[in-house]
Amino acid sequence: MAARSHDGRGDDGQGHASDAPFPARPPDAAPTSDTAPAAPASGKSGGALALLALLPVALLVALISLFVVYGDELLGPAPVPPDALGKLDIERLWFRPEGVAVQVVNTGPAPLTVAQVIVNDALWEFAIEPGPAIPRLGRATIGIAYPWLEGEPVTVKVLTANGLAFLKTVPIAATTPEPSSSLLLLFALLGVLVGVLPVYLGLLWFPLVRRLDRAVLDFLLALTAGLLIFLGVDAVVEALELAGRVPSPFRGIGLVAIGVAGSILVLLGVSRRTIDAAAGRSEAERALALSFLISTGIGLHNFGEGLAIGAAYAVGELALGAFLVVGFTLHNITEGFGILTPIARHGTTLKNLLLLGLAAGGPTILGTWLGGFAYSDLWATLFLAIGAGAVFQVVYELARLTTSKGGSRIATPLGAAGVLTGMLLMYLTGLFVA
Amino acid sequence: MAHVTELAPGVVPGLPRQAPAPGWAARAPAEILTAFDYGRVSQLPGGQTLREYTFIAQETEIEVAKGVMFPAWTYNGSVPGPTIRCTEGDRVRIYFQNGTRHPHTIHLHGVHPASMDGVFEQVPPGHSYTYEFDADPWGLFPYHCHTMPIRKHIEKGLYGTMIVDPPTPREPAHELVMVMNGFDTDVDGENEVYTVNGVANYFNEHPIELKVGALVRVYLSNMTEFDPINSFHLHGNMFKLYRSGTSTTNPELTDTVMLCQGERAVLEFRYKYPGKFMFHAHQSEFAELGWMGFFDVKA
Repeated sequence: MAARSHDGRGDDGQGHASDAPFPARPPDAAPTSDTAPAAPASGKSGGALALLALLPVALLVALISLFVVYGDELLGPAPVPPDALGKLDIERLWFRPEGVAVQVVNTGPAPLTVAQVIVNDALWEFAIEPGPAIPRLGRATIGIAYPWLEGEPVTVKVLTANGLAFLKTVPIAATTPEPSSSLLLLFALLGVLVGVLPVYLGLLWFPLVRRLDRAVLDFLLALTAGLLIFLGVDAVVEALELAGRVPSPFRGIGLVAIGVAGSILVLLGVSRRTIDAAAGRSEAERALALSFLISTGIGLHNFGEGLAIGAAYAVGELALGAFLVVGFTLHNITEGFGILTPIARHGTTLKNLLLLGLAAGGPTILGTWLGGFAYSDLWATLFLAIGAGAVFQVVYELARLTTSKGGSRIATPLGAAGVLTGMLLMYLTGLFVA
Repeated sequence: MAHVTELAPGVVPGLPRQAPAPGWAARAPAEILTAFDYGRVSQLPGGQTLREYTFIAQETEIEVAKGVMFPAWTYNGSVPGPTIRCTEGDRVRIYFQNGTRHPHTIHLHGVHPASMDGVFEQVPPGHSYTYEFDADPWGLFPYHCHTMPIRKHIEKGLYGTMIVDPPTPREPAHELVMVMNGFDTDVDGENEVYTVNGVANYFNEHPIELKVGALVRVYLSNMTEFDPINSFHLHGNMFKLYRSGTSTTNPELTDTVMLCQGERAVLEFRYKYPGKFMFHAHQSEFAELGWMGFFDVKA
């Protein structure tokens, strides 16, 4: 390796005193003689910067090339042939009247070839598209004319040419819904029942909430924060659970981190532009902006919830019973209520109320569609994480909104009681959605 | 004799020192079905028939189901190994060479001296051992490797059949050898596929031709690892069952026989009607995982 001089620059003479990315050297330091290719005068500093940026990249490319050419000699023979470490993930199973379709993805270090398919402990004829040889991270769909039984478990075992076996069990087989107008409507109805309707029902408390005095409202704001914290933690746990089912190369846990952080950051930006922009105007506008932020956060969360419901319904793991709808309604009515608290003292228009409800409940419908027709563990993980980040960000906004010179009004005994009451409320209503 | 000896220099473990007997390399189950290895036959000074065999333990990739390869340990390149055939009282001499990277033996069932039992005289890679004994008694016997862990050495494929004919030969018949087994391709202690003579569903795709009224004799043995039992069921017919093949009288008449690992039986039957008749394990799971086949009976 090249020796490094004490000022943190390599001895390769890169950079100028004027535009070096490191802290400027003492003014008495003489500029180094520069052997860098001359850049056009106009873009001299730009060219040098580009050079600074590209040099490590060029060296990296050279290193990789060397490794590709000489790496095998360097490392010697692998102790285990790569295909012995093969991994095939069974991503999805579809059940159709004519049989079972299986989607597999090769998540191992080497190409794999599908040789035999065993369904419920029986070798079965199969067709595979695009073909039996699956490259790394490649996908294939296997069609099996297996006479599966409605309501009974189905285990599909895929045998590769080198004898590895990968299996997936669906505990209760049910015909996989195919997109059709009637099914779209059914899923939409599902979304309306569990997401939209409860939120609007919650909004009906608006006239009541308006008549409450400040202390009670503060309690209710704290309660809203409690509701949201519960939702957020719930969503993070669900996202992490799902992350475990995401094929390992796609790093489910990393997706959760990106989803949570990403949605918090985006919503922070949005809130700065809405709430803070309204700061100069009136408290009423700030409150409305916060309500919209809450409903957006809840909407993102409900999108994840819709995704889960749609997917569960599609794969037959969810019987849409009256009890379930009642449970979700109880659970989600609190969400509508939470949207109201910031605007309670200022009032708003009917149109705004309708919009607020739509922002919070509408995404549930989109979620059920996506979950029902195009479910994937990967996307579900990401969306659940986004929903979790969103509600956490909203909690932060709530705390900010209730903060005056004396500190946050949530950080009082009354506020603490409100937060805990909200969490408990969610816990209890959640018992109905087991 | 009766010593484990090192093979000549130049014998590389993993490579056979000499080619296996002709016809035994890359055999399909159909070949094992009807191939009987009588050995290199000569007379000893006392007039006793001598049968000499060369058995080479090899590491062989075999296809156990269409497209599924299995890294087997084999006697002479196939699973099951060659079917040794001799008559009671013959002198049998087996030159065993170990061309693999692990110690192995040949343990034959039947009556013989302790030093010929393939238990204590472990044969390391690149070594050889000569088994010599008088075939006794007549019957149907399995042979297999008896190196620890035995379970591993059997599931990898080191087994086969030895037929010792009675002094008075059995009635001439269409004779078939069937070894029931399984293969654990993903090494999880459970068989992925079940076969007769080494390839799942082979006799499904290649039915065995028989003639109406002709006597058929099946030398059936079970070398299935991991599962406690295996079985044979014949469709559209009944067979005479001679357990262990040690008698030719008082058979049981049945259409299904159950055998544990190492058990074997001689089955005799004639088909009354032409057509395709199935034979398979009467454990549905084994049947549907490859232990299934057809007799195509011609008028």
